[in-house]
Amino acid sequence: MPHARTAIRQFILSRFPGVTFDDGEDIFGLGVATSLFAMELVMFVEQHFALQVPNEDLELANFRSVDAMAELVQRQRAAA
Amino acid sequence: MSTGAVTTVGVVGAGVMGVGVAHNLAQYGYGAIVVDLDEEILRRAAEQIRAGNRMARLLGSEAPQADLDRIRFTTDDRDLAEADFVVENITEKWELKREVYPRLDRLCRPEVVFAANTSAISITRLAGLTDRPDRVLGMHFMNPVPMKPAVEVIRGWHTSAETLDTARALLTGMGKQAIVVADAPGFVSNRVLMLTVNEAIYLVQDQVASAAEVDRIFKSCFGHPMGPLETADLIGLDTILQSVEVLHDSFADSKYRPCPLLKRMVDAGLHGRKSGQGFYTYR
Repeated sequence: MPHARTAIRQFILSRFPGVTFDDGEDIFGLGVATSLFAMELVMFVEQHFALQVPNEDLELANFRSVDAMAELVQRQRAAA
Repeated sequence: MSTGAVTTVGVVGAGVMGVGVAHNLAQYGYGAIVVDLDEEILRRAAEQIRAGNRMARLLGSEAPQADLDRIRFTTDDRDLAEADFVVENITEKWELKREVYPRLDRLCRPEVVFAANTSAISITRLAGLTDRPDRVLGMHFMNPVPMKPAVEVIRGWHTSAETLDTARALLTGMGKQAIVVADAPGFVSNRVLMLTVNEAIYLVQDQVASAAEVDRIFKSCFGHPMGPLETADLIGLDTILQSVEVLHDSFADSKYRPCPLLKRMVDAGLHGRKSGQGFYTYR
C-alpha cells in the first residue's frame, strides 16, 4: 500500500509541517497530535479512501501510525 | 414550588453548543426537543451527534453513547410546550435573544425553568424579558459539552433557590457538577480567560515570545492541556475580540482593552482554526 502510506503521511505533514516520524511510529507520542486530530484522521481516511470505518475498528490503535492506518485501509478494502 | 422531575428538555438553537447539550442529554436518558430555524441545520445537528458518538468510541470513552431516538429535531417551537426545562443556545446576540425569550415565555408551561447557555450576556437582563425572572438562570456549558465535567451556573438577580436546585438536579443527571456564581460580565470563566488570551497576544505583539513558546509554557510548566493561543484559535479570534470588547464596554476599565495585534488579525481574516490561519496554520 505505498500510495496509501504516502497520502496518509502527506496529510499528517500538512497539519504538522517539519515533523519527522517513521511509518511505524506512534504519532500521538510525538507530542504534537491531540485527540481532536485523531477524529480528523478518521475523517481523512474515510473521505480520501472512500470507505466507512465500522464501529469495531474505531479505536486509537488503528490510527496511531501511518502503518496502522494503511493496514486498516487495506482490511476495509478487502472486506468491501 | 416544586417543579417535579425533569424528563424532557427543550434545546433551543442547534449550533455547536446546542448539539453538545442534546448529545449529553441523550446519553443520560433524557428526552430532548431540539428546535432550530431550518431543516438543514437540524440535519447537520443529527449528523454531528452521530460523529460525536464515533469520536467517543475512538477515544475509548466509557460514557454512554447518545441515543438518537431520544432526540426530536423540529422547526416548530410550539413543540416546546412538552418540555420540562429549556436550555437556550442561540447566537450570542442580544437582538436575537430579545425576540426569543418572550416567545419561550408564552410557549412553555409556567413552572418551566429557562437556562441561558451564554458566556457573555447578563442573566438578569434576559430574565427581565420574561414573566418568570425567578425561573431563569445561566448555564455556561463548555465545548465539547459531553466531555466537560462541570458547568458554570449563573444566578441572576431574581433566580430562586428552587430554580438552582432544579438546575443542579438536571446537571447531576447529565453527569456534571454545577459551579454556581453570580451574574457579572464574563462571569468567572470568560473574565479570566479572555484577559489571559488578550495578554498572551500582547506577549506575541511585543516579541517577548512566539505563540508556540507562550503555549508551551502553559502546557509544560502549568500542565494545561492547551495553551492560551491554541485556545484562541479554537474559539475563533473574532469571537475572542468580541468577548474582550464586551468586557471592556461593560466595566469601562482599560485593563480589558483589546490588543491591537488581535484587532489586526481579525481584520485580516485570520480567525483561527475555522479560517485555516490564526496563531497557527491549519491545512
